[in-house]
Amino acid sequence: MAGLHKSEVTNPVLNWIDQRLPIVTMLQKEYGVFPTPRNFNYFWNFGALAMVTLMGMIVTGIFLAMNYQPNANLAFDSVQHIMRDVEYGWLIRYVHQNGASMFFIVTYIHIYRGLYYGSYKAPRELLWILGVVILLLMMATAFMGYVLPWGQMSYWGATVITNLFSAFPVVGKYIVTLLWGGFSVDQPTLNRFFALHYLLPFVLVGVIFLHIAALHIVGSNNPLGIDPKGPQDTLPFHPYYTVKDSVGICVFLMVWAAFVFFAPNFLGDPNNFIEANPLQTPADIVPEWYFLPYYAILRSVPNKLLGVCLMFGSLLVLLVLPWLDTSRVRSCRFRPTYKWLLWLWVLSFIVLGVCGAHKPEGVWVVLSRLATLYYFAHFLVITPILGKLERPLPLPESITQAVTGRPLENH
Amino acid sequence: MRAPRIFLAAIAAAGLFALPASVRAADDHAPAHAPIKIPEQKWSFDGIFGTPDLASAQRGFQVYSEVCSACHSMRQLHYRDLTGIGFTPEQVKAIASNFTVPQGTDDAGAPKEGPATPANMFRSPFPNDKAARAANNGALPPDLSLIVNAREGEANYIYGLLTGYAEPPAGFKMQAGMSYNKMFEGHQIAMPKPLNDGQIAYIDGTPTSVDQMARDVTTFLTWAANPEMAERKAMGVRVILFLGLLAGVTYAVKRKIWADVH
Ligand code: HEC
Ligand code: HEM
Repeated sequence: MAGLHKSEVTNPVLNWIDQRLPIVTMLQKEYGVFPTPRNFNYFWNFGALAMVTLMGMIVTGIFLAMNYQPNANLAFDSVQHIMRDVEYGWLIRYVHQNGASMFFIVTYIHIYRGLYYGSYKAPRELLWILGVVILLLMMATAFMGYVLPWGQMSYWGATVITNLFSAFPVVGKYIVTLLWGGFSVDQPTLNRFFALHYLLPFVLVGVIFLHIAALHIVGSNNPLGIDPKGPQDTLPFHPYYTVKDSVGICVFLMVWAAFVFFAPNFLGDPNNFIEANPLQTPADIVPEWYFLPYYAILRSVPNKLLGVCLMFGSLLVLLVLPWLDTSRVRSCRFRPTYKWLLWLWVLSFIVLGVCGAHKPEGVWVVLSRLATLYYFAHFLVITPILGKLERPLPLPESITQAVTGRPLENH
Repeated sequence: MRAPRIFLAAIAAAGLFALPASVRAADDHAPAHAPIKIPEQKWSFDGIFGTPDLASAQRGFQVYSEVCSACHSMRQLHYRDLTGIGFTPEQVKAIASNFTVPQGTDDAGAPKEGPATPANMFRSPFPNDKAARAANNGALPPDLSLIVNAREGEANYIYGLLTGYAEPPAGFKMQAGMSYNKMFEGHQIAMPKPLNDGQIAYIDGTPTSVDQMARDVTTFLTWAANPEMAERKAMGVRVILFLGLLAGVTYAVKRKIWADVH
């Protein structure tokens, strides 16, 4: 129906805009009064933290791009130019560099939160799938970003990872040539990675918008995993959760700042302070810490194609998790057995991370195989079967009853 | 409620420290047969408040200029950067004018040389890598601008390397032209022992023992790799204090707003 939107905004300018484009009404609805379960714990901060990180990455990234040269002969020196000559260039770069690590810490915890409280189950399957897409895009972005400073690890990491695609029969070779834009990692590779590294964060913004749109249709899960039964179970998002998120953001920024100002290279690799040299392979090629678990899965089997399939499979399996989990109870709080097996899965992920940092020899091979086995068995075997066998604890009647100990007033 | 929090802390801790720490551990053990222990030294730039000692860095610059610069470039530095270790602009001008560097071309188009100005980059000893190798038995003396950050063990390693020359143990086979070094991987290094007691005379009169020169040049190289360090740490303290305060206030507001929710 044509006509102006009926706006309740009192400020005349905002009202005029809101009548024609009701963004104020929308913000009010989605972030002001949006009914949110009253019992979130601090795990529910991590989505907001990821948003803050993404915005920080985009802002610092744009300023880096103003001074960076995507040219194999100039890239390394241009990063040093940023560090030494650009006003506060060191600050911008260290925020960006450590921001990538922060992004992964936050996202991994955010995903783990979803696993523990069953946020992937109906009706939030699509929301979860969009989340997995975000993770994949983040990984691609971070991988290409790490190539840009054109240090030894940039170059050799890019060589190893792009070469993985050659494992695929028939098409593999062509995919690799396409990625490289030639017959080795070189100028065309750097140039296209820069273009994509600039593009993908904005694709991320789009997918995150869908992720949040989906969230606002189905509503948030909560630590109890039961649906709110009425207004007594929810609070308006503002001011309750705006302020709670703000607390988390302050603490998070302190952690980020601690790295940036006091240990900016702690998470980095010394080899990346050496300019890329195609003629000299570093003793040990390791990816950034956030890729180590997947790197360990890749190297846990002697067959390259199988390794590549397992590596991608370890991420893709998350896409079908909503249908692998047969339990109707969402929150691990009420799943006495599954809870511990999920912790075991977390342990296997951490063990894989440690294995990824070591050459696949001796005990590290054994450990990474065991951990890989559990990683997959957890999703593909335990989750479907246990959901049927496990006897969940009794669920509380409602969120309010569980939080206050009082039965529902209107019962 | 409690369990997830504890585990959250555990994952965060593991994520933050265990993984990267293990990366480092892995690198330390790179030569699986003979892991080299790098002894820890005390440095002026250690810790949250530490910054490079300027007098030491200035002496270190003298060591670099009089010894190391015969073989090693520092391509990332300009003479003007030396104000960062406490030289005045006049001193920098005077220092720069001691060095002859390429200065574009003359009117006939031939390459021209002349005394450096503060805007010039540090003079490189060799025109290119090939020339550097030719003069050093085939080995390439690496650029030292970032060397401290580019080695596992950082300053402790550089100091250990410079003071690590010794007679090879009995039975250790040395190749011609190589020197034995306790810190270097494989223990055979193509760099001849660069520092010897009393080799140069410090402007400030400090005795030039190998240990003193190694410390000073390591301090200089640490500054050269991280010229922003002093500014960075000072800003960091202020940022963390500010955020801490903000977190406290925000938490108080949060408690107040949530007080009516049970
Ligand atoms: C006569 C030439 C020469 C002089 C003078 C010299 N170096 Fe070297 N330096 C070399 C060469 C050649 C290498 C490469 C060694 C190798 O790869 O075996 C090297 C390597 C190094 C390395 C890297 C070691 C590693 O871990 O790869 C450092 C650090 C270093 N030199 C520091 C210094 C410092 C500091 C000085 C001054 C006190 C100095 N050098 C003086 C020739 C020299
Ligand atoms: C999803 C968000 C992003 C992630 C995870 C990410 C990740 C990274 C990483 C890991 C590096 C290498 C840092 C280093 O070791 O030096 C990097 C570098 C870089 N990024 Fe990003 N980035 C993101 C967004 C952006 C955006 C939006 C831009 C530009 C608009 C950008 C521009 C750059 C540039 C120019 C560099 C090279 C300079 C440097 O190495 O410091 N980034 N990025």
